[in-house]
Amino acid sequence: MNEDVVPVMRIGDTLLVALQGDLDDTTVIRIEEQLTREVSRTAATGMLIDVSRLTMVDSFIARVLARIVAMVRLLGAQAAVVGIQPAVAITLVELGVPMGHLDTALNAEQGLALLERLRRGDTGLD
Amino acid sequence: MPTETETGRGPAVFDIVDESDLIRVRKVLRTEAEAAGLNLVDTTKLITAGSELARNILNYATGRRGRVRVEQVRRQGKLGVRATFADDGPGIDDVDLAMTDGFSTRGSMGLGLPGARRLVDELTLTSATGSGTTVVIVKWQR
Repeated sequence: MNEDVVPVMRIGDTLLVALQGDLDDTTVIRIEEQLTREVSRTAATGMLIDVSRLTMVDSFIARVLARIVAMVRLLGAQAAVVGIQPAVAITLVELGVPMGHLDTALNAEQGLALLERLRRGDTGLD
Repeated sequence: MPTETETGRGPAVFDIVDESDLIRVRKVLRTEAEAAGLNLVDTTKLITAGSELARNILNYATGRRGRVRVEQVRRQGKLGVRATFADDGPGIDDVDLAMTDGFSTRGSMGLGLPGARRLVDELTLTSATGSGTTVVIVKWQR
């Protein structure tokens, strides 16, 4: 199961991956494996996961997204989820999936700026 | 509360036996939600609730299988979508506990049932130890 399931773009030191389609659990797990492998292989310092083309994110997919971000951080890079659809965001909050600790941005452009701030250790909180 | 009646559209009935059926459930629910005139947010909520309930069947039911029935219903002039998830599994010992946020027998987040209930207008759970579980959800157009 070492084949790639999603195309990964590279912008400087940042990896950009766009998820799309209706994802079954096996595909989600394979994406997780691929992305952690890619960060390690490329020594990227950041990763943006673009979910703007996902029309449904249930608790399993959300949990794996959070896990990917945690793993990327463990590898020493920064990661953010960008482009969550408004209907998906409303649904996730009502479903009760804890996503508050995730770094998120409206789109890829703002995500890149967010990663830059995270790399500088600027949390925007002070 | 007056009960709803079937409009005759649907029903789509199929077995849930593996992960590909998660995608099938989402597809059928999307088609029916759009046909019943649900808005985008309500459609997304219904599909997500259905995905959680179908996964419950794959995770908990005996033989990891069950059935789903999706149909259009009407009540007091409003259209809605009703989905029935049934399995012959071990049943749920304590229904109140299973509907509690954070309760899980499998180390998951325990959001499936209580989360699904928040996403739909009605959720009815019928279960008894040893005789399976049936969950009926309804989402109405606004």
